Amino acid sequence: MAQDTASDPVHQKIADTIATNDVVLFMKGTKQFPQCGFSATAAKILEHLGVPFKDVNVLDDQGVRDGIKAFSNWPTIPQLYIKGEFVGGCDIMREMYAAGELHDLICQKGIPHAHHHA
Amino acid sequence: MPMPATEIERMIKAKFPDARIELKDLAGDNDHWAAHVVSAAFKGKSRVQQHQMVYDALGGRMGDVLHALQLTTAAAAD
Repeated sequence: MAQDTASDPVHQKIADTIATNDVVLFMKGTKQFPQCGFSATAAKILEHLGVPFKDVNVLDDQGVRDGIKAFSNWPTIPQLYIKGEFVGGCDIMREMYAAGELHDLICQKGIPHAHHHA
Repeated sequence: MPMPATEIERMIKAKFPDARIELKDLAGDNDHWAAHVVSAAFKGKSRVQQHQMVYDALGGRMGDVLHALQLTTAAAAD
């Protein structure tokens, strides 16, 4: 039975999480114990940027693991959200990080992070 | 079960006939691909949108049948 997304509890849970946390990484495992290479890379990138983030272990909740893919129309995990906006998966995070775009985005969104501008 | 290069190319070309696709088999198992896709259809689209377009072209296989696709995209220069 098709649920409209507004009343879908998983959809709501995801929406609440990204609304109440500046930076959210839906990942396999946790930032201390990532369970997948892509998720580990994504978490490491955020740690390098010195930006605090909320990690959501999708392996703990099959509903979120599936629901997040429909939520963002993105087929894989990890998924990064900044100020409620889907930024990308591991590939995009890597590309943006290498180009300095991820740092700029974080600055632009006024998110506190370990600043070490020269 | 993995996806052969010909299959990936066929599906992307079906959606983006002008696409130039470079595929690299990262692990030699048809399951860990690196793909660079260039198409005029990406012009003006954000990186996320470009990738979503490629994933749509792969018809939901991404993350399911196709385990790992390291994707980079670029809008074709006119």
